[in-house]
Amino acid sequence: MSGPLERLAAARREAVFRLFERKFKARVRITIGSATCENAAGAEKVYARFKALIDERGAGDVALGRVGCTGKCDMEPVVTVIERNTRPFKYGALNPERAEQVFREHVLEGRPVEALLLPGPQPEGDMEDLISRCGDAAERVRGAADLERAFRDVFGDVHFFGKQLRLTLRNCGVIDPESLDEYLAVRGYEAAATVLERMTPQEVIETVKLAGLRGRGGGGFPTGVKWGFAAGEAADEKFIVCNADEGDPGAFMDRSTIEGDPHTVIEGLMIAGYAMGATQGFMYIRAEYPLAIARLERALEDARRAGFLGERIFGTDRRFDIEMRLGAGAFVCGEETALIHSIEGRRGMPRPRPPYPSASGLWGRPTVINNVETLANVPVIILDGAEWFGSIGTAKSKGTKVFALAGDVQNTGLVEVPMGTTLRDVVYDVGGGIKDGKAFKAVQTGGPAGGCLPASMLDTPVDYDTLAAAGSIMGSGGMIVMDEDTCMVNVARFFLEFTQNESCGKCTPCREGTKRMLEILTRITEGAGEEGDVEKLLRLADTIRKTSLCGLGQAAPNPVISTITHFRSEYDEHIREKRCAAGACAALTRYRIDPEACVGCGACRRVCPVNCITGGPKQVHVIDASRCIRCGQCFDACRFDAVLRG
Amino acid sequence: MTDDIHALPQDIVEYIDRCLAGPHGESYLIPVLQQVQNRFGYLPRPLMDEVAHRMRIPTAKVTGVATFYHFFSFTPRGKHRVTVCMGTACFVRGAGKILDRLKDLLGVAEGETTADGLFTLESARCLGTCALAPVVVVDDALHGNVTTGDLEKILKPYGFKGKGETG
Repeated sequence: MSGPLERLAAARREAVFRLFERKFKARVRITIGSATCENAAGAEKVYARFKALIDERGAGDVALGRVGCTGKCDMEPVVTVIERNTRPFKYGALNPERAEQVFREHVLEGRPVEALLLPGPQPEGDMEDLISRCGDAAERVRGAADLERAFRDVFGDVHFFGKQLRLTLRNCGVIDPESLDEYLAVRGYEAAATVLERMTPQEVIETVKLAGLRGRGGGGFPTGVKWGFAAGEAADEKFIVCNADEGDPGAFMDRSTIEGDPHTVIEGLMIAGYAMGATQGFMYIRAEYPLAIARLERALEDARRAGFLGERIFGTDRRFDIEMRLGAGAFVCGEETALIHSIEGRRGMPRPRPPYPSASGLWGRPTVINNVETLANVPVIILDGAEWFGSIGTAKSKGTKVFALAGDVQNTGLVEVPMGTTLRDVVYDVGGGIKDGKAFKAVQTGGPAGGCLPASMLDTPVDYDTLAAAGSIMGSGGMIVMDEDTCMVNVARFFLEFTQNESCGKCTPCREGTKRMLEILTRITEGAGEEGDVEKLLRLADTIRKTSLCGLGQAAPNPVISTITHFRSEYDEHIREKRCAAGACAALTRYRIDPEACVGCGACRRVCPVNCITGGPKQVHVIDASRCIRCGQCFDACRFDAVLRG
Repeated sequence: MTDDIHALPQDIVEYIDRCLAGPHGESYLIPVLQQVQNRFGYLPRPLMDEVAHRMRIPTAKVTGVATFYHFFSFTPRGKHRVTVCMGTACFVRGAGKILDRLKDLLGVAEGETTADGLFTLESARCLGTCALAPVVVVDDALHGNVTTGDLEKILKPYGFKGKGETG
């Protein structure tokens, strides 16, 4: 009887053969990024246009396909044109008309449309070569003098991808997420087959411990240790759960990973299940992510059909299957005991620990809960080795971290950098700096549980311990950049409003404390702040942090504490001068037009959504303050600095 | 919607039976409620009672679970759902002002439906399309990089006639 690896090799041979017939034989291949946000940016329309053009011309030598998130969110939809034996070309921000131009000039006539290419140097080498390297991170890094060169090859745009190292996202934007064949072609399920055939559960646990993998959901608990706890429990049944209930506002890493490479997450879950002794896995995913759910469902079905999931996986006598459960919109369900209650069909409220879920979790059985990104790292560790994985990152934070880079930054997108990369590198090098030539004010990590760090802390390296020491947290990976127009008091209020709303109400400090903090913050942003409010906030923060039942409450004060620590003057300005310099707090903002500077161009009048600006051509314009909604559009529209804010 | 809100559709009844036949049947309460909500747009009271009855779970517990999660709604929604993303990226890019302007235009508070039943205004925690912030979704159509000035234009194709004229 053949072992798992032999079975897998046979499946891969067939997959590659099918791929060759369907894709690699084609003279030209076109791949279109099609994650949720790419589709929102019009990827499906571009796909449809290419499809129509191919059908119309009877261009049978052109293959069209979808890939997951290409990471370059501000240039969506991203389209790659791959000719046999030449380098791939990446186009950004295509629409149907531009797609037609690319099809006519590049695909049919062989002349790349330079004006529509992504900025920066283009990838080198042909795509077969690049894809074959994607499944082997070690080879890729060893083969190149530095990361920059290694990634230019695969991802093209050096400015954006230069400082990145894509391990968990290694297949995102490269393979078709709905094709098991493509996953198999990049060493898919090889890690799972390897552990089944060659490693004992204990060896898997030791390998993951040695690699130094820590939970990517925010807590940073060593993954191997967690598995070890559950493995050491005696029970008739054990469960492994993948937490894909990505709740942090401003975070989309897990959605993108699942949409771009669902099999990697399944494979990670499978290996985790093997290590801790679970026969049943759960995928707890947000109901708000329909595309991710559909792709995951498809991937689960394909894996079952291939014999990788279900009874007798890979021909062994082991059983392992995965069931999907949809989250119903409760942020607190990111807390593991609350998540367990939710899967059990109850209100998602946390309970005191111990007992920890590794001893008593789902239906009282030993249960491990791992985050999507954590699991996506596992196949890499098995394939490329714990030592290699451990060589990336810092002393205590190993590997890479995926961030959803967004806010007032030039290049928004999904980025993955080695641990220890500085915030400055992420914001300025990868992110391209601040939008619209404005000034940097703060970078926020960790969502509602994290903090805001000012410009003076931009050289902080990204790792669990340093970020925590700086007053923020690593969190699950949301990274929001804020410019000078962001009011830090308002940001603190925003996060408190979120946590207050999401507080489950079980423990008093969180339920009542966040409410009181929110009241004070709201009062400050509305111009009714009082002397002593900041001290009150800090006192409440201290109590809530020390006495709340779960992580949600314990971390809720972080945004307030960090903004008070780093931006105290803004609080004072709101309280004492009733002024919001950023112009974000509507109650404290008034707009008027400087008659000396106004040239009467009418730009402000045209953008005003409530028509409260009057004035004829070349006449001084006037804002009717009684009707003004303080949206600030006139301020942004004026090219003569005639609209004054204060 | 023409569905009868006093009896569970047959397929959902069968789904419940399938769930109860396996282990931990009661744990499927949330998936069952999700199906009801997806079908009707909200959870009609009689159907929640029927779910409780069929799943042999106390009504109080069903209500407790349903009211805990944001996903569930207990009043019928309007013909079109206008959702403003209030994730951090959208917030930083001005979503608060977008929401305020929509409240003003539609004359309703968050979570409410216009008197003519045309629009329900909602906010979302985060839609994960942060690169397009701020984002407004009308039904399934996502609009990115929205300004307060764009809103009337966005709503027009859905029958919005102008401030104060919808209800």
